[in-house]
Amino acid sequence: MAEEAELMCGKCKQPLVKAQVVASYLGAEFPIELLRCPGCGVVHVPESLATGKMFQVEQALEDK
Amino acid sequence: MDREQVRRWESQCIQEQAPACASACPMHVDARKLAECARKGDFKAGFSVLAAAVPVPLIVAYVCDHPCQRQCRRADAGDPIRIHELEKACAEFGGASPTLRVQNKRNREILVCGSELSGVSAAILLAQKGYNVTLHEPGPALLGSLRGLGDGFLPQMAIGTDMAALEALEIEVCYDRELPHDEEAILGLRHEYDALFFEAGAWPFTFTGDPATLATRHPGVFAGNAWQELSPVYAVYEGSVAAISIDRYLQGASLTANRENRGAYPSRLYMNTQDQIPLAAVESADPEQGYTREEAQQEAARCFPCQCLECVKVCEYLKEYKSYPKRYVREIYNNECIVMGVRKANRMINSCALCGLCTTVCPENLSMAEVILAARRGMVDTGKMPPSAHDLALRDMAFSTSDAFTLARHQPGHASSAVAFLPGCQLSSSSPEHVESVYKHLRETTQGGVGLILACCGAPAQWAGNEAKFAEARAELTASWEQLGRPKLITACSSCIRTLHDHLPQIPVESLWKHIDLALIAPPTAPKRLAVHDPCSTREMREVEDGARALLRELGVEIEELNERGLTTCCGFGGLQQFANPELADRTAQRRAATSSTDYVTYCAMCRDRFSLRGKRAVHILDLIFPADDGADPAARLDPGFSRRQEGRARLKRRLLRDLWGETEAEMDELFELEIAEEVRALLEKRMILVEDVRQAVEHAEKTGEKLEQPGTGHWLAMWRPSCVTYWVEYSGGAGSFTVHNAYSHRMQVK
Repeated sequence: MAEEAELMCGKCKQPLVKAQVVASYLGAEFPIELLRCPGCGVVHVPESLATGKMFQVEQALEDK
Repeated sequence: MDREQVRRWESQCIQEQAPACASACPMHVDARKLAECARKGDFKAGFSVLAAAVPVPLIVAYVCDHPCQRQCRRADAGDPIRIHELEKACAEFGGASPTLRVQNKRNREILVCGSELSGVSAAILLAQKGYNVTLHEPGPALLGSLRGLGDGFLPQMAIGTDMAALEALEIEVCYDRELPHDEEAILGLRHEYDALFFEAGAWPFTFTGDPATLATRHPGVFAGNAWQELSPVYAVYEGSVAAISIDRYLQGASLTANRENRGAYPSRLYMNTQDQIPLAAVESADPEQGYTREEAQQEAARCFPCQCLECVKVCEYLKEYKSYPKRYVREIYNNECIVMGVRKANRMINSCALCGLCTTVCPENLSMAEVILAARRGMVDTGKMPPSAHDLALRDMAFSTSDAFTLARHQPGHASSAVAFLPGCQLSSSSPEHVESVYKHLRETTQGGVGLILACCGAPAQWAGNEAKFAEARAELTASWEQLGRPKLITACSSCIRTLHDHLPQIPVESLWKHIDLALIAPPTAPKRLAVHDPCSTREMREVEDGARALLRELGVEIEELNERGLTTCCGFGGLQQFANPELADRTAQRRAATSSTDYVTYCAMCRDRFSLRGKRAVHILDLIFPADDGADPAARLDPGFSRRQEGRARLKRRLLRDLWGETEAEMDELFELEIAEEVRALLEKRMILVEDVRQAVEHAEKTGEKLEQPGTGHWLAMWRPSCVTYWVEYSGGAGSFTVHNAYSHRMQVK
């Protein structure tokens, strides 16, 4: 699925919009801008982020 | 980790022990390093090695009687290295006045009587420690006995350069000065000096010095023994012993503490010379002149150099981190001691296959598996084990200990079990049909009923350092065994045998291989020649290896041995290496797979599948005994992967219950068909995502409507976080049939 394309929330039937959200793991928190549904608040984590930077940060936190 | 235990482990690794040459030298000249410098043509650096160890390096370079050479391990493969000639070459091409480091002045007076090698050495070493030293020479010149040797043996230049140190160190030298000859008068000198050292043979009477400290019965008076005439390097050594003793005496320290490894001692460093090609020493074109630079470089290049590394040579894991066990042990201990900061050794700790090969090849039997397991247990106990390290392995074990797989039954129609068959998780995963065939065979050949236990022995939890989960699995297996009346277990799994043997010794267990009666089965002709791969779990259990070999011979297989017995290597699954460090596990499997081009036969389902994954043709011994009905080539059978392993186990239980006990378990409600292309399955394997996770994500999305849509593509994105991991699944379709296009996961929670 192309990551730049517009995404619709299947439940609320409205497009996701950029929003400031918080990613947390093992007690650490990071603010990050991602697409979120203005209705139900579901946040999209794209594949490149999950398998890239997010994975690296998870590994680093696990070694803390 | 217990600090004392850590020290014991460290001391078991001998890689940092001095090589035979250095430990044979009473001054511990690092001849290995000197040879390395000479090999590179850096004679100046080579000379510095000598100068770092002895106070008169130029003289020693020429006159040393080189006890090092007599211990050189090169002698096992050719001539010993001509270390003395290399020292001379270093003196010739790189010799210089040694750098003198002087400590702060101490304002204490010392008299050294006698100026041969030990007296001069003691004087220089004491002056460097900051003492005021007076050197008495009864004759007209220092080093009198060496001066008549001639320039061809000891150049005068060497004496002159080394003796310049005396002036630089402000040592007062008194020539031709008579000292009193009676002992009482001599002892009277103690009023003028804080300590006295009498070189052996320099005076008409003899004080007897203690061999280890040179202390006499008179406090503050030290005396040399007989080395002066026997060995130049021992004379220098005696001077250094006197210097250390006098320094300790004047500081009020113990004369005897921590002097065990002073002087020559037998080296503990192991050097395997078996495979070295014998090489003769380089002869000098002009023996009078000694080596040219080139000749010295060639001679130095014959030095191996000596080092142990026996374990590192055979282990992909120990090689991976570019060091050796002594340092690994320290890194692991330091890792545990970190309170705040990054635990850099976590991945290293979790990457060991725990296969035990290092212990087998180690001259001191150091077990890295023991070290690693202690570290992993410590990490789990303190909550510092990275959650992702063994997640999938432990979830898989949870599946194997769940109702989806476990079973403990007497043989149908029997109320007791003479023996019970424990196939193990991985055979049940990889080839469940073999479990059925073997169970049928055992029922046909065994009187008194053959029970069946489908269970996990807990090995994955043990490898993960998770003692609680390991204990749970053991308790469950024990309960199943007791439920069947405590029969002897027959197992097809080497890890189960090892675990039961080590942790459940009350349960009698035997390997399956000696319980198969080929006469009743009459299997087809086996391939003529196969290379046998022994699983690492039963490394020390020769009877298991022998049982498998006997069966193979009976099958008509000509056995090719891949290694000396007992030296098998891991397939990359052991110790959960495959989960914590998949890349390393691939290299471990590849290394083993590349040992021979012959097809492999093994008796561990996981080993076979790991080879298959690397493209190595390999069969399980049961493939030869119970071949597939369709005649498919068993060596070409693919690794099933994590997901199909679980499916295989669940299916086996359902089928056995249905076919043998006439029970039909309610099938899992599968509400829809899931189509997954092989390349997508491969991606799921790589990302350690199970098809079951994917199924549940899609099911959750379809039931709740919680999914994302990319308009115009027909693709949906399901997200599902059952506990600590969020799964994202891209899929399409509907009406009970879906196609999975992609999946990924992350552990971070996003809100």
